[in-house]
Amino acid sequence: MALTVDIEKKLGDFHLSVSLETDHEVLALLGASGCGKSVTLQCIAGIETPDRGRIVLNGRTLFDSEKRINLAPQKRRVGYLFQQYALFPDMTVEQNILTGLRSKPKAERRALLEQKLRAFRLDGLEKRRPSQLSGGQQQRVALARILASEPEVLLLDEPFSALDSYLKWQVELELLDTLRDFGGDVLFVSHSRDEVCRMCRSVCVLSHGRSEGKQAVERLMDAPETVSAALLSGCKNYSRIERVDAHHARCLDWGVTLETSREIAPDIAYVGIRAHSLRGPEQSGRNLIPCRVERVINDAFSVIFMLSTPGGAAGRSLLRAEYPKEDRPDFRASDEISLSVRPEHVLPLAGGGL
Amino acid sequence: MNWFPLYNSLRVAAVSSVIVFFTGIAAAYYIAKLPRLAKGILDVVLTLPLVLPPTVVGYLLLLVFGPRRVVGAWVLAQWGVKLTMQWWSAILAVTVVVFPLMYRTARGAFESFDETLAHAGRTLGLSNTYIFWRIRMPYCRQGILAGTVLAFARALGEYGATSMIAGYTPGKTATISTEVYQLWRTGDDAMAIRWVLVNIAISAAVLLAVNLLEKRGKRSVRKDV
Repeated sequence: MALTVDIEKKLGDFHLSVSLETDHEVLALLGASGCGKSVTLQCIAGIETPDRGRIVLNGRTLFDSEKRINLAPQKRRVGYLFQQYALFPDMTVEQNILTGLRSKPKAERRALLEQKLRAFRLDGLEKRRPSQLSGGQQQRVALARILASEPEVLLLDEPFSALDSYLKWQVELELLDTLRDFGGDVLFVSHSRDEVCRMCRSVCVLSHGRSEGKQAVERLMDAPETVSAALLSGCKNYSRIERVDAHHARCLDWGVTLETSREIAPDIAYVGIRAHSLRGPEQSGRNLIPCRVERVINDAFSVIFMLSTPGGAAGRSLLRAEYPKEDRPDFRASDEISLSVRPEHVLPLAGGGL
Repeated sequence: MNWFPLYNSLRVAAVSSVIVFFTGIAAAYYIAKLPRLAKGILDVVLTLPLVLPPTVVGYLLLLVFGPRRVVGAWVLAQWGVKLTMQWWSAILAVTVVVFPLMYRTARGAFESFDETLAHAGRTLGLSNTYIFWRIRMPYCRQGILAGTVLAFARALGEYGATSMIAGYTPGKTATISTEVYQLWRTGDDAMAIRWVLVNIAISAAVLLAVNLLEKRGKRSVRKDV
């Protein structure tokens, strides 16, 4: 039971090249906006047609450019949750869900509808129009409608983007339950590493239309391998490097040489350091970075220091360090300090994207 | 007072509106999917009757359907039926003149449609016919209804092309507009005024209906919010 996608599509200057595979799981497709996430979903659903490649769902070929197979969206059994949910505005909640049940015998539809209304806590809302529902209720109707049509795979396109932030958490918890009950394969498209961490176990990074290999979410957070993956995982600091040896890199943008725990392969062009990995102030020790405090910014529960590294390249020598409020060091603007970073927190990264 | 012109005007307008309702919507729907060049050309051709003088449209129709012209002569030879100077000849003229009104308003309505809804329908397994009649049409009903009423109103008032292709035969092809012209020409002011009043009353009723429909549409939207 799996979804295999290996497709290419040209859209003007944009070249989409995606290769991914789900295996009984919720797979995240993580990418910045405009990286081709939605087009990928549209190709899988049959709304867009790839130029080349194939899409196979549980052994059924949905698309194959060589064998000239291109199933209509109606025949793919792919459930698509659109960003704005795409509820039919002129139908009631009940009628919307019934559209997902039209392949069922008439006699069974009523009972299945009742069952979905109950499962998605929509009792009492049957006669409402979508515009009379809250964002969370709209999503429940959309999910009920999709699951009524019994898809073999679910495609979720940024399912929380249309929601107010105070609603998000509740809807997220509900969606987790829904996905567990669904049991089939799910492709979860998002630009938020936090959502991905909470919803998924494995992730496929998509940057500038190209997909990177599937990996565990923890691996993306602990040891991203490329600059684009690190960016999406929330890493804030990057420097071009010159490789000294397998565990030492001269950081051109910061003007220091840092030790890394992970081996620096010859194709490594960057290192990254997360904002909360920078610690100090330190007087002496390994992996020290001399900096000058440029700005102090108060966030809700943390303090962010914007730093420049006097030894680094002009214009690229900025660092960002973040401390929890209760541990904040007493740095002031234009202080000269040294921060340290542990070798396991210096992430060797391949590829461009900066 | 002989009410035949009113009856004839209403039946011509009604039949033309029904024809134009379906052909206009079909044209709007399918032409929107064509490549840009074909779309541009067809758009001009189909909108032309809106801006051409009705007499020019009437002349062009006579060039095709006149008893000595290609189609007209062929139909006459085959079935012995003359296509002009019948009460239903006016339907031909009115349909052509009124078609662009329906086509353009339907196209405007379809362009405002959120295509995501159609995509969602397809992934749910709904047929394209179902999506068209149950999702696309209800979504666009305001524009389409307005187009239909406008088309009907314009159909009632058509004069130029109608008079050329159906002529004026009392009790046979007379419509309100050709009747008024005839009465004016023969100096029968008293009758002319009556028909003018009838015409104004019908047009005012149609416009009132349009306004009421629009208001009702707005109210239902407000309630939804």
